[in-house]
Amino acid sequence: MTDGTTNTNRGGGLAFWVVGFVLLVAMPLLNVMPPEDSWLHLSDFSLNRFGKFLAFAILALGLDLIWGYTGILSLGQGVFFGLGAYCMGMHLMLTIGKESVYGSDLPDFMVWNQVKALPFFWKPFFSFPGAVLGSILVPMLFASVFGFFAFRSRIKGVYFAIITQALALAAWLVFNRNDTNLGGTNGLTDFKQVIGYRLSDASTQLGLYILTVLCLGGAYLLCRWIIASRAGRVLIAVRDSEQRVVFSGYTPANYKLFVFVVAAGLAGLAGMLYVPQVGIITPAQIGVLPSLEMVIWVAVGGRGSLSGAVLGAVIVNYGRSILTNYFPGLWPFILGGLFVLVVLLFPDGLVGIIRKGKSLLGQRKASVGKAPVPEGER
Amino acid sequence: MSTVSVRLVKGELIMMMIALGRTVAALGLVGLFLLSGQTWAIAADGPVAAPSTSSIDQALTQVTSEDESIRDAAIRLLIEQGDVSLVPRLDEIRANADRSVRQPIKQLMDLFKNRAKLTSPNTDVRRSAATDLGTSGKPSAIPWLDAASANEPNRWVRYTMEESAALLKLASDDPSIKAAAADTLGNLRSQNGVPVLKQLVEAGAAAEATEPQKTVAKAAGAAIERIETWGVWSNVFETIFRGISLSSILLVMSIGLAIVFGLMGVINMAHGELMMVGAYATFDTQEIFKAFLPPSMFESYFLTAMPVAFLAAAGFGLVLEATVIRFLYGRPLETMLATWGVSLVMMQAARVYFGDLTAVIAPGWLSGGAQVMVGVYLPFNRIFIIGMSIVCILGVYLVLFRSSLGLRVRAVMQNRNMSACLGIPTRKVDAYTFAFGSGLAGVAGWALTLVGNVDPGLGQNYIVDAFMVVVTGGVGKLAGTIVASLGIGGLNKLIEPSFGAVYGKVFILVMVILFLQWRPSGLFAMKGRNAD
Repeated sequence: MTDGTTNTNRGGGLAFWVVGFVLLVAMPLLNVMPPEDSWLHLSDFSLNRFGKFLAFAILALGLDLIWGYTGILSLGQGVFFGLGAYCMGMHLMLTIGKESVYGSDLPDFMVWNQVKALPFFWKPFFSFPGAVLGSILVPMLFASVFGFFAFRSRIKGVYFAIITQALALAAWLVFNRNDTNLGGTNGLTDFKQVIGYRLSDASTQLGLYILTVLCLGGAYLLCRWIIASRAGRVLIAVRDSEQRVVFSGYTPANYKLFVFVVAAGLAGLAGMLYVPQVGIITPAQIGVLPSLEMVIWVAVGGRGSLSGAVLGAVIVNYGRSILTNYFPGLWPFILGGLFVLVVLLFPDGLVGIIRKGKSLLGQRKASVGKAPVPEGER
Repeated sequence: MSTVSVRLVKGELIMMMIALGRTVAALGLVGLFLLSGQTWAIAADGPVAAPSTSSIDQALTQVTSEDESIRDAAIRLLIEQGDVSLVPRLDEIRANADRSVRQPIKQLMDLFKNRAKLTSPNTDVRRSAATDLGTSGKPSAIPWLDAASANEPNRWVRYTMEESAALLKLASDDPSIKAAAADTLGNLRSQNGVPVLKQLVEAGAAAEATEPQKTVAKAAGAAIERIETWGVWSNVFETIFRGISLSSILLVMSIGLAIVFGLMGVINMAHGELMMVGAYATFDTQEIFKAFLPPSMFESYFLTAMPVAFLAAAGFGLVLEATVIRFLYGRPLETMLATWGVSLVMMQAARVYFGDLTAVIAPGWLSGGAQVMVGVYLPFNRIFIIGMSIVCILGVYLVLFRSSLGLRVRAVMQNRNMSACLGIPTRKVDAYTFAFGSGLAGVAGWALTLVGNVDPGLGQNYIVDAFMVVVTGGVGKLAGTIVASLGIGGLNKLIEPSFGAVYGKVFILVMVILFLQWRPSGLFAMKGRNAD
């Protein structure tokens, strides 16, 4: 099994620590140390934005695990992201307390909608640990129910992708409703503080950034561990030929369910870290299109490679952030073009290009081999 | 006697009875309902044909009188003897009149106008005039309506006239007329009569109700019951129609998708945008007709647009197949992503080029609708789409099962390698099939212009539903797509009233997932050895 995993693992040790150092130490230092007008200075805004991208990268890791390694294309990751984000968002809404516009204990949108009492499902989110646990466990629980039914009946390939896309559409519709008491189209916003720290303070945002980096590192290690484990081998085998896995006496459904639930948990974690940094979560972030964009992060970075997923999430989002700023009408063209280009010409994404470049330069032995191209079902 | 009735019908009825014996007789005949309608109409024509000019002139001067009784008497006389020719003079009088008397003069004018409209050649005008008279509360309109309905050729206009006359009679003083009118409304299954009938039932249930009131209430109660039973049935019928209508839309959208999926295992995410191409092709055809051809030919643009939409979308499909999909055969997930990218680009291109607001004007012969039963109104455009979906299915059937291309398509569907060995150019078959499927999407877009705006998001609004149909229906059999779209469309309309549109959709999704538990590869899966 000469696949991408062994590659990244071999040379990855040093790179992991270098990237970790840059993200965890160098960037915060550049934010804090140099004076504001120095060219070395990293503004609070940039750091905060970067923190958002890194939160997305956590989600991309999970998506890479199911798509890149197991060959299950989920077009509904935005739902799990949204569930995590809404769990944390509900906690943040509740901690606003009397600081809200209407000075009520209830969140503002409930005052508008004339909801008199807090709905029961908001109650657990008064406690911070409850919200953190909920952000990760609720998506996992939902994914396990959905995945159980989907994988048990051997829904796979295109069928699974379509079903998850319908799930994203349904979730978007439901979250948009006012009567679900989740803020409707406006979503949850106007947060003030998290466990006593003001969200408007630069130091709080720096802390959240560092927390995101640590979570990303942890998620990366977790994914790498899963892939290196026996279960990981089975996952890759499922991608390459599910039939053979069945004939070898394994039950692919269980492995698929496991990895689907892990990916949902990572998406929830990403949503949890996203909300306090961005300060708003709306249904627009969890619909069909956002879910597809998440897939393109991984595709651009290079599926079947964990570092590629992280790279793709950061680069695509950075590009989006800049381009929508300067050429708002152009982004759909670029995004659409990326889909086509990556799929047609660079199936292994940026990581694939880098690898090819390296092998062309002859810096590595020819035996490294190509990164895997997951095969379809037919 | 007079105080109550003056309050009830503003004095008109009573004064008329006293002043004009003939009208009383006519009302009595009307009470017998329709039996004598024809003869009465002839009799009533007499005074209208030869009104006494002097008395009308006198009345016209009196309508602005400060004395209320003189004014009322004048208005009654005008209603009795005047006709639509007085409207210009009344309008003049009204313009110079005091504010307080303008309202009754306006009502008088409306009454005359509506009466004249009852004999208009246009059925819609006749019908709306009858409706207006029914809600005017002027009992003097009853003989006019009865006369008009006796000569009315159109069934539904006649219905409205009878309904309006009965509604006016409900305000009568005579309990027997009231009861007969309630009975008529019951016979007519008139939904419009229900509020007044309910009032009568309440009046009859009151403690101080008189015996005649109770009789009327009984008749009204029976009428309401009949109307409501009918309402339930017409509701059922309408729900079925709406379900079939939605199903037919789903069907035309998903049939092309299903063929392409069946042949190549490719889910074309840009299918919605190919529908958009068809819709914009229709729009362009309309604009071209508007700009270059005489207005008399404009109506025919819509039928011309159909082949245009088919060819435009098929052309896009060919290009898409040659540039993107050809390289991705055997990799369905990658194809999905690439075609999604194409759809994003196409959508944005349409937004840049056409802008957000473009609407296709439905041709005249598709506006309006047909009333098939009391309270059931079927719009022509929906009926047209249902018919068109049937034509589409027939067309697809003919192409797939009665043409040499279809034979090849089916062969490739069943076994690609074997077909290639037997000399079928599989790549060419793929390309043609993809173009055919895309053309069907274009036709779907053409049809969708009848039910919604043409905008760049057109495809996105429907595409997930179309996917659900394909997944539920299974691959390779037309019947699967037909049954699945009927099932999903029907179920959707069935549960929408109780769940609401949003939860209805969620419910459908859950149903589809559960259904796939039972049949993982859809309703009509291809039988074969491909276990995977």
